[in-house]
Amino acid sequence: MRESKEKLFDLLESMLVIREFESTVQKHFAAGEIPGFVHLYSGEEAVAVGACSALKENDYITSTHRGHGHLLARGGDVKKMMAEIFGKATGYNKGKGGSMHIADLNLGILGANGIVGAGLPIAVGSGITSQILGTDSVTVCFFGDGASNRGTFHEAINMASIWNLPVVFVCENNMYGISMPQYTSDGRKSQNIKDVSDRAVAYGISGVTVDGNDVMAVREAVVEAVKKARNGGGPSLVECKTYRHRGHFEGDPAVYRSKEEEEQWKKKDPINRFVKLLKDQELFDDQEYSELKEKVAGEIADALKFAQESPEPDLSEVTTDVYYGGGVE
Amino acid sequence: MRELTYAQALREAMAEEMERDNSVFIMGEDVGIFGGCFGVTGDLCKRFGEDRVRDTPITETAIVGSAVGAAMTGSRPVVEIMFSSFMGVAMDEIFNQAAKMCYMTGGQAKVPLVIRTAAGAGIGTAAQHSERIEAWHVHIPGLKVAYPSTPADAKGLLKTAIRDDNPVIFFEHILLYNHKGEVPEEKNFFIPFGKADIKRAGKDLTVVATGILVTHALKAAEELAKEGIELEVIDPRTLVPFDKETVLNSVKKTGKLIIATEETKRGSFASEVSAVVAEEGLFLLKQPIKRVCAPDTPVPFSSVLEKAYLPGSEKIIAAVKEMV
Repeated sequence: MRESKEKLFDLLESMLVIREFESTVQKHFAAGEIPGFVHLYSGEEAVAVGACSALKENDYITSTHRGHGHLLARGGDVKKMMAEIFGKATGYNKGKGGSMHIADLNLGILGANGIVGAGLPIAVGSGITSQILGTDSVTVCFFGDGASNRGTFHEAINMASIWNLPVVFVCENNMYGISMPQYTSDGRKSQNIKDVSDRAVAYGISGVTVDGNDVMAVREAVVEAVKKARNGGGPSLVECKTYRHRGHFEGDPAVYRSKEEEEQWKKKDPINRFVKLLKDQELFDDQEYSELKEKVAGEIADALKFAQESPEPDLSEVTTDVYYGGGVE
Repeated sequence: MRELTYAQALREAMAEEMERDNSVFIMGEDVGIFGGCFGVTGDLCKRFGEDRVRDTPITETAIVGSAVGAAMTGSRPVVEIMFSSFMGVAMDEIFNQAAKMCYMTGGQAKVPLVIRTAAGAGIGTAAQHSERIEAWHVHIPGLKVAYPSTPADAKGLLKTAIRDDNPVIFFEHILLYNHKGEVPEEKNFFIPFGKADIKRAGKDLTVVATGILVTHALKAAEELAKEGIELEVIDPRTLVPFDKETVLNSVKKTGKLIIATEETKRGSFASEVSAVVAEEGLFLLKQPIKRVCAPDTPVPFSSVLEKAYLPGSEKIIAAVKEMV
């Protein structure tokens, strides 16, 4: 795929935004400023950015408990996101959802979700809407290797397949469901297949596995799948192999992974790889890169400041929004 | 006025809403060419096509889960879960997704979704096809719960449910599907949510009943009237929102309250009504409240056992006689 310099820069910037956002959340969670828990996306940026770069304005995504990356890649407002994670009134969800429930219906973001695998049937539903209302919207459904063992995975993909729905199932295989390895040849494992994409054949759809730390590879595969879906070709499964830099949630010491393995994967860091690729092609120099990083850092610093200085929700908010446009019945 | 069965009234409600609004669609197991397990969807597939009356695989989780996604993106799905006993298979989608989506997103997400389901015992379908789980759903913030007892209420409530912007759980008692009754023909016939109906007025004792128990309570009232005992039979029609004013006003008049539902008694909707009246109207009562419900067991299969198990007019009459 030939890409303009502008497009390549957009992809890099988007990945940098996610990394900087997550590093900031990490720091301020450790400082006790953020309630609950957070699941960081650091290390997996190429998946969200590559996949969302394939979408148009009227398309949809469904996300997961590790959703910050998806939302940012889809154009989520950094200020409203940070404020939501801080539980503030100015957050996307008025401070009522937090990290695991951020949504922006106007951007077609049907929500992060606290239940592993819950996004798959929801994505099928937005695919049904495209069919019922005759729109050309495509839905990208993000989920992890852990979710691929849930019934929702099987039921949703089956339904999308029989009805030929415009849904692209993007499996982010980060190798672990909390502490449980997705596959090992001789140890604990959550499934006895190396590639989640093998499961596509059971539902009569195409399945591919790509390097999830290579933003261009993800983009290429998802562009193809989206094109097919938009043209009436039905759903596909794209598995992206990747790795989270952090534990399952902040505070998880990740005793189930070896330091050697972590180091191996850090060498395949999606941002460093992409920067190297761009530099090798002499598309930009160190000066331009540091300017871009500075711009991103400034943007996230502003978002942090906005979140920290925003007011807490009014206590009356406890009982609003239970029903659409109304309060408690 | 013309008469329809409860099932025909439900079908007419769906047909009218589908004609008016092309974002309304139906999906469920065997709702298409088969016409629904209890014949409720009937010929709708023929009239509206397979796109809008979708036969699904046996896949309750995906039926409800995809309905949530469809509702969030501008459709108005009306799904059928063949027996309410199967709701358990889709429970995450009901209580974690449909019910909480609006609140979790700070009021952004609209989930106009109706889940219709056949509830109740009485035809020998045993423990896994006879469920009465109104209370589960009443307990979940974010859901509305409707339970019509007549064909007219079935039509009017279902039309209101389809136009509501929130998830509605719509219980239909299997023994009511063939009940006939007068149903208005006007297309703007709606029964509002949160408005109980006094099915029979009386001064001696208030009976709050739901679903098929409304029929049983009316039969009991007829019998007791012969002895000069006048029951007031109230059907809440929607359990959420619940019209407590109508119940409290009646209790103010009668001073005596029986709540009759087919549920197992512990933690039931009957318990909830009882708690509301105790909290807000204890001193209106001349006697303790009685709940006429099923015992706290699964539904037995044998016709003899099932009959003994189910609450009906005889059990209501017996309870009344202990109170007057």
